[in-house]
Amino acid sequence: MPGYGSFEIWLIILSVAIGTFFLRYSFLGAIGNRPMPEWVLRMLRYTAVAVLPALAAPLVLWPAATEGQTDPARLAAAIVTVITGLVARNALAAIIAGAVTLAIGLYLS
Amino acid sequence: MQSLRHGALQSLPFLLVIAPFGLLFGVVATAAGFDLAETMGFTILVFAGASQFTAVQLMTDQAPVWLVILSSLAVNLRMAMYSASMVPWLGTASQPTRAAIAYALIDQTYVLSIDYYQNAPRLSLPQRLGYFAGTSLVMCGAWVSCSLAGAVFGRAIPDSIPLDFAVPITFLAMIAPALRTPAHVAAASVAVIVSLLLVGLPAGVGPMIAALLAMLTGAGVETMMIRRRDSA
Repeated sequence: MPGYGSFEIWLIILSVAIGTFFLRYSFLGAIGNRPMPEWVLRMLRYTAVAVLPALAAPLVLWPAATEGQTDPARLAAAIVTVITGLVARNALAAIIAGAVTLAIGLYLS
Repeated sequence: MQSLRHGALQSLPFLLVIAPFGLLFGVVATAAGFDLAETMGFTILVFAGASQFTAVQLMTDQAPVWLVILSSLAVNLRMAMYSASMVPWLGTASQPTRAAIAYALIDQTYVLSIDYYQNAPRLSLPQRLGYFAGTSLVMCGAWVSCSLAGAVFGRAIPDSIPLDFAVPITFLAMIAPALRTPAHVAAASVAVIVSLLLVGLPAGVGPMIAALLAMLTGAGVETMMIRRRDSA
C-alpha cells in the first residue's frame, strides 16, 4: 500500500480488529444484561445508513479515476444501483445492476 | 448437532451475498496495493466487510492513520446493537463461548440467528449455540476463502476494468435496501449532502462529520415520528 509503512498498515488492521471485536463483545461479554439507554440504541440504528453514503457520495460525483471530473457513466451506475436496491431490496441485485450500467456507460463513452 | 446442521443449511442462500463481497474485497485490496498477508489480515482479524472496504478506500485517499481507524470502527458501531440484542438468548453461555460468538457476529449470522431464536423461543442454550455455530462456519469459511481467492487471482484482472468504482457501488447497494423508514432516508440524505459540502477538508474528515450529523438526524426524525404517533 503506497503512502503507508508496514507498521502503519498493521497498526490500522490490528486497531480496527480489536475495536470491532470489542464492539461485538460489548454487551455479550462485559456489560451484561444492563439495558442500554434508548437514545444510544437510537443513534446506533443509523450508523450504517449514515457512514456509507457519506463515504460514497464524493466518490460518485468526483471519481479519482477521472481526476475528479464528474463522469456520466459512473453517475448513472450509482443511480441505477440505488434504485435497484430500493426496489428489489437486495444488495446483490443492486451491485449487478450498477456494474452492468457502468460497463454499458463506459463502452458508449 | 442437528441445530448446527440446520444453521449451516439456512446460511447457504446468504453465500450469494458473502461470496461476491469476499471476492471483491480480495480483488480491491490487492489492486489498491496491499500484499496477501495484509489483505488476509483484514479479512480474518477484522472480519467485517463494510469497514474493511472503508479502510481500503480511505488509505487509497491517503487519509491519516487515526482517521482510517476511527471511520472503519464507526461503520461497525451497529455491531454493539447486535451484541446487546443477543444477550437475552446467549448471555448465559460461558465467557470463552461468548467471546467466540462475538468474533463471528456479522450481519448475516446475527439476522439469521435472532430470527430463529425469536421464532422458536423454547430452544435450549446448546441448541441456540449449535445453530449459531452452523451459520458461523458457513459464513466465515466463505468470507475467508473467497477473499483469499480474490487476492490471489485478482492480479489477473486487466486494468481496463473500472475497479475504482466497486467500493462506492458496494456501499450504495448495501444501504439502499435499508432505506425503509423516513428516518433512514433523512439520515442518508444528510450524510450525502454534508459530505459533498465538506469535500474540501482533508481525506475522511468530511464523511466523519457528515456521518455524525446523519446519525443525529436519523435519531431525531425517529423521535419525532414516535411523538407524532403517540399524540395521534
